[in-house]
Amino acid sequence: MGKAKSKKISSSTFLLLTTIILFVVMYAAGMIIFNDKGFAKPQMFLNLFVSNAGLLVIGCGMTIVMITGGIDISVGSVTALVCMVCAFAMERMGMNAYMAVLVALAIGLAFGVVQGYLVAYLDIQPFIVTLAGMFFGRGMTAIVSTDMIAITNETFLKWAKFHINLPFGTHNQKGEYLPAYIYPSVVVAIIVVILVSIMLKYSKFGRKLYAIGGSQQSALMMGLNVKRTKFQAYVLAGFLSGLGGFLFCLNSCAGFVEQAKGLEMDAISSAVIGGTLLSGGVGTAVGTLFGVLIKGTISSLITTQGTLSSWWVRITLSALLCFFIVLQAVIAAVKKKGN
Amino acid sequence: MSKEKGFNWKQITSHHLFMPVVCLIVVCLANVIKSPDFFKISISDNGVLYGSVIDIINRASELVILAIGMTLVTAASGGQDISVGAIMAVAAAVCCQILSGGAASTSEFQNPFILAALAGLAAAMLCGLFNGFLVAKLNIQPMVATLILYTAGRGIAQLVTQGQITYIRVDSYKVLGGYIGKCPIPTPIFAAIISVVVAYLVLNKTALGLYIESVGINGEASRLVGLNSTRIKWMAYVICGFLAGFAGLVNSSRIYSADANNIGLNLEMDAILAVALGGNLLSGGKFSLAGSIIGAFTIQALTTTLLSMNVSADQVPVYKAIVVVVIVVLQSPVFKKQMAVWKARKSSNSTEGGRA
Repeated sequence: MGKAKSKKISSSTFLLLTTIILFVVMYAAGMIIFNDKGFAKPQMFLNLFVSNAGLLVIGCGMTIVMITGGIDISVGSVTALVCMVCAFAMERMGMNAYMAVLVALAIGLAFGVVQGYLVAYLDIQPFIVTLAGMFFGRGMTAIVSTDMIAITNETFLKWAKFHINLPFGTHNQKGEYLPAYIYPSVVVAIIVVILVSIMLKYSKFGRKLYAIGGSQQSALMMGLNVKRTKFQAYVLAGFLSGLGGFLFCLNSCAGFVEQAKGLEMDAISSAVIGGTLLSGGVGTAVGTLFGVLIKGTISSLITTQGTLSSWWVRITLSALLCFFIVLQAVIAAVKKKGN
Repeated sequence: MSKEKGFNWKQITSHHLFMPVVCLIVVCLANVIKSPDFFKISISDNGVLYGSVIDIINRASELVILAIGMTLVTAASGGQDISVGAIMAVAAAVCCQILSGGAASTSEFQNPFILAALAGLAAAMLCGLFNGFLVAKLNIQPMVATLILYTAGRGIAQLVTQGQITYIRVDSYKVLGGYIGKCPIPTPIFAAIISVVVAYLVLNKTALGLYIESVGINGEASRLVGLNSTRIKWMAYVICGFLAGFAGLVNSSRIYSADANNIGLNLEMDAILAVALGGNLLSGGKFSLAGSIIGAFTIQALTTTLLSMNVSADQVPVYKAIVVVVIVVLQSPVFKKQMAVWKARKSSNSTEGGRA
């Protein structure tokens, strides 16, 4: 009995534990090496959330899709399209910021509905469908405008620049007290992580997702409506990428064609590093949160270091993704042997 | 007599190359309607062939080379290699960096061309080896596995060229992407023809083509009858990497430089499209090399047409994405079944109507 329990922990939580330990080690190393550059300040830690709020929300959507055994590589392009359309609507068409939020969510939903229909009801490989979505989104962005549009809408900028001060902070060189702060986008992102966690763990829908990812055939035999659940998963992921895209936009305050290039890779690697299995059936939103934090730590380590090219962020992240994929494959092989 | 003719017609329409050829003809017809001298080929002042068709065939060369590799990968593993564009950039970067001896621009070879080209191809094969390891050995879905190099590849190429564009201003470097001496036909066309012929010979004169199909249809069964499934899949990825590297060299020679950001940009999508348009199932199994090659020409013709209609290069992917979705929907078993049910209902309705 005890043995069975320990085995269960090793298979489902081992990856998550590895991730958390990796994050703590990386961050601690950064604090020791770059202490003089302010890496140990609490604001530096909060900045991980501030600059990755959009990615966090998109990562949650990716986790949901990946739990069903699918994938969505259109998220980067959806983000670019959302940013561009919001910027275009507010700057060139005089739309107000509240409408822009709705437009952003509608774009995400539209992508989710179309891709979900193709994947779930027509049974086409998710990769092909979302690859087409990725090129479609990027191309549409260029059709809206090929110029870079900076957002100057007052309400929007107020949201983007609004500081939520936290009850702690640091003193600068002159001895002034600087409270640590976060942006509203961080609050939204954290709420999404909590809601998705609760949904995955306690709702019927969440349990269905795991059942389908574990074995689609068994889920069908159990009487679950596999097609509809898959469809809903893609719609939800699409909605979250629309929301995430808007948060991303709050951070960048501009729309341009090359924006968020490779974001799909960041989202997938965050989910995988956070313990989501590529084959489906396993994954948590909290794991993805740590995946995003690791990604954030890598990029702030490289920026703080200063001399390394920004390409190193992508390369390191890819290497980490590769490492975790191999780890997953090894664990799966060991499990198979055990059985 | 008429019955026999009808039979022949059906035989033609059900041939696997029928749809690809029809697509190509449709694109060409659209061009002819738009500009009547589409098929006109003339000889320009400096003695080379000149015309829209020549231009399309010339530009399609890299795509044809990529499509061969993509077809094999698709057939063997039921997935696509989306890192081919990035591998092209890596091969070009390695080759140019060796030629220039590390400088950003050079007007003479610092190292022999053969050495540099081989190094570029070796780097590309290494990428293929890596992809193959993940897919064949670790059983990771092909597109996730190749996504790693899709994002990291261009970063690696940037590191090789130290973030700059390496120019090789030597005339002999431009041969591969330009013209051999006085020959009026652009060299890339020869490169594509050679690749196709070699691939055809290897696949049809040895059992490799058959092995790849059988692994793609049922890997486990192939293993049980004594084929080394893992090695065959792995080989497909290495071949794909090699061909991507070759395409990268051709492309780099065209612009006599290594532009890590732009060489092979969005070409992975074109290559996948070529395979799908050629009537090959994206889920693997049986494949038709000829179909993919026709598909590649169709895609290039489509791209050139769109560009000539003042669609900006950034916007072209929208139309291609729509084409991809339409093809995969038409290919999907669910859709085919639905169509069959619909047809059967229609015919039964008409017979019932006839009785009444």
